[in-house]
Amino acid sequence: MRTPTTSNSQQHTLRKLLRHRSATIGAAIIIFFLVVAIFAPLIATHDPRQANITERLQGGSASHYLGTDKVGRDIFSRIVYGTRISLKVGLVAMTFSVGFGTLFGAIAGYYGGKLDNVIMRVMDIMLAMPSILLAMVIVTILGQSLTNAIIAVSIVYIPQYARILRAAVLKVRELDYVTASKVIGASDSRILFTTVLPNCLAPLIVQATLGIGAAILDAAGLSFLGLGAEIGEPEWGAMLNENRDLIRRAPLAVTAPGIAIFLIVLGFNLLGDALRDALDPQID
Amino acid sequence: MLSYLLQRSLSIGLSLLAVSLLVFLMVHLIPGDAAVAILGERATEAALIELRKEMGLDKPLYHQYAKFLWDAVHLDFGHSFKTKQPVVDEIRRYFPATAELTLAAMAFSIFFGIAAGIIAAIFRGTFLDYFSMSVSLAGISMPIFWLGLMLILLFSYFLPILPSTGRMDVVLSLDVQSKTGFYLIDTLLVGNFAAFRNAVAHLILPAITLGTIPLAIIARMTRSSLLEVLNEPYITTAYAKGLPQWKVISKHAMKNSMVPVLTVIGLEFGYLLGGAILTEHIFSWPGLGSWLRAAVEARDVRAVQGGVLFVATVFMLVNLIVDILYAYFDPRIRVGDENR
Repeated sequence: MRTPTTSNSQQHTLRKLLRHRSATIGAAIIIFFLVVAIFAPLIATHDPRQANITERLQGGSASHYLGTDKVGRDIFSRIVYGTRISLKVGLVAMTFSVGFGTLFGAIAGYYGGKLDNVIMRVMDIMLAMPSILLAMVIVTILGQSLTNAIIAVSIVYIPQYARILRAAVLKVRELDYVTASKVIGASDSRILFTTVLPNCLAPLIVQATLGIGAAILDAAGLSFLGLGAEIGEPEWGAMLNENRDLIRRAPLAVTAPGIAIFLIVLGFNLLGDALRDALDPQID
Repeated sequence: MLSYLLQRSLSIGLSLLAVSLLVFLMVHLIPGDAAVAILGERATEAALIELRKEMGLDKPLYHQYAKFLWDAVHLDFGHSFKTKQPVVDEIRRYFPATAELTLAAMAFSIFFGIAAGIIAAIFRGTFLDYFSMSVSLAGISMPIFWLGLMLILLFSYFLPILPSTGRMDVVLSLDVQSKTGFYLIDTLLVGNFAAFRNAVAHLILPAITLGTIPLAIIARMTRSSLLEVLNEPYITTAYAKGLPQWKVISKHAMKNSMVPVLTVIGLEFGYLLGGAILTEHIFSWPGLGSWLRAAVEARDVRAVQGGVLFVATVFMLVNLIVDILYAYFDPRIRVGDENR
C-alpha cells in the first residue's frame, strides 16, 4: 500500500519537468498568438469585416478554412484579427490596473496609517462585489463600447495588485537596506521607487501575467453579453454572441472563437503558474 | 463568538453603505446629462424635465442620497425606466430562477470537486492525479460562456437528450403555478412529476456550465489541503495503528482538511453570482442575470441600481454565513481575530 508521505526523487523530477514544460507550453502559445497578431494581414484570407450574404453559413472549405458566419464573413480571418483585439485588451487593461494598483498599494503600504486605511477600505469594497457586476456598473455609467469594457476590466482588477504591492512593501520596508537609505537622507519617493519597489517585483510579475489572461477572459465575457465590443467587430466574445443562435447550422462559428479564447488564456495561466514556481525561492 | 459576529456584521453594514453610495453615484457619474443618456437623444424637453424631477436630480446631492438610502432600506428602488414596473417586483420575480441555478451549480461543484480532489490526493503522482489536475487547470482557463455553448452542441444537438433553453417546456409550465418560484419545488408541490423531470432536465446543462470553474478550484484546494494534512504525525499514528486507508482518510484526515476548502466554497459563491449572468445569457435562463444584462444594455439605471445593490447584499450575506461556519469549525479563527 502507498503511504501518502512517499516522495521519491523520480516523482520530484517528474514534477519539475512538468513545471518546466508548462512554462514552455505557455510561452509558446503566447508567442504564437503574438506572431498571428503582428502578421494578421498576411495570414488572414479575407477582410474580417466584409459581409457577403451570398456566402453565408458555409462550412469549412479551401477558400474559407473555418467557414463563414451568418452574414458571410470569413471566420478564420475574423479569428486572426481578433488576436489583435484580445492581446490589446489584455495588455492595456493589465498595464492600467498594475499601474494604479502599484501606486495605491505602494502608498498604502509605505505610509501606513490613515491613508493606508482609506485606500485599502476602498479596495475591500471593490473586492466585496462580484467582478463582473462591478464591470457592468461601470459599463452602465460609461456606455457600451470596447474601450469602456477595457476601462471597466482595468478598474475591477486594481485592488488585487494594490493588495499584493501593499503586502510586499510592508515586508520590505522594515529591512535594513531601506532603513539605511532613510538614514543617508533619501527622499520618500526615491526610497519607494529605487529601493522598495524593485524588491516587490516578483509577486507583481506573476500576478500581472495571470492578470492578462483574466482581463482577456472578462472582456470577452462582457462582449459576449453584448456589453463590450461593437456589433460586427472581430472580437472573439462578440463573435460567440452573434452566432450562438446558429449553433446548429454553423457549429464552427461558435467552436473556433471559444478555442481561441481558451488557448490564449491558458497560455498566460501556464506561464504565470510557472513563473510563480520559478520566482519562489522556497521551491527549489 | 458573539463579538466576532458583531464585528463581521458591522463591517458588512459599512461595506453595503459604501456599495449603496457607489450605486447612487452611478447616475451622477454618467458623462454629460444623465437624463439624455437614459432617454436617448430624441427625447423631448418636457420628458427630460419630467425625468430629472422624478429622479430628484434638481435637489442637492446629500438630499438625493438620503432619499435613495431611505427608499432602499424600505425595498423601494423606484420603477424601471424600460418596463415601468417597480424594480423590487422584478427582482422578486427573477431571483428564484437564479437561486435555483446557483444552488444546483454549487451542489454539483462541491460534490464532484471534493471527490476529484480526494482521488488526486490519494493517487498522488500517478496518471490519475496529473489527469484530474490538468483537467482542473483547463477548467480555470475555460471561458464558461463557450463551455455552455459546447455543452449545447454536444447534448442538445449531436446527442439530443437535454434541452438548451429556458427552465421548462412552455406546455408543461402552464400547469404549474408559481408558488416559490423554484420550479423543482413548485412542480413537486402540485405533484406534477412529468413537469419536475422536465425542470430537472432543463437545469442540468446550465448547472454544469456554471459549476465547472468552482469544481476545478474546489478540487485543487481539496487536493493540496488533504495532502498537507496527510503529512501530519497523527496520520502516521493512525496508519501505525493498522487502520485501513479509507478510514484514515474519511475519519481522520477529511475533517481537518475541510476548513480551507470551506473558505474556497464561500468565495466561489460570489463567483457563481457573477457567472450566473453569463450562464443565463447562454441558456436564455429567465433569471436575475438575464434581467440585469438587459438593464445594463438599455442603460436602465434604476433597474441596475436595484439589481446591483441586491446582488451585492446577497453576496455579502453568503460570505458572512461562510465566515461564521469557518469560525465554528476552526476555533483558532475566532480567537485570532479578536487579538488582531
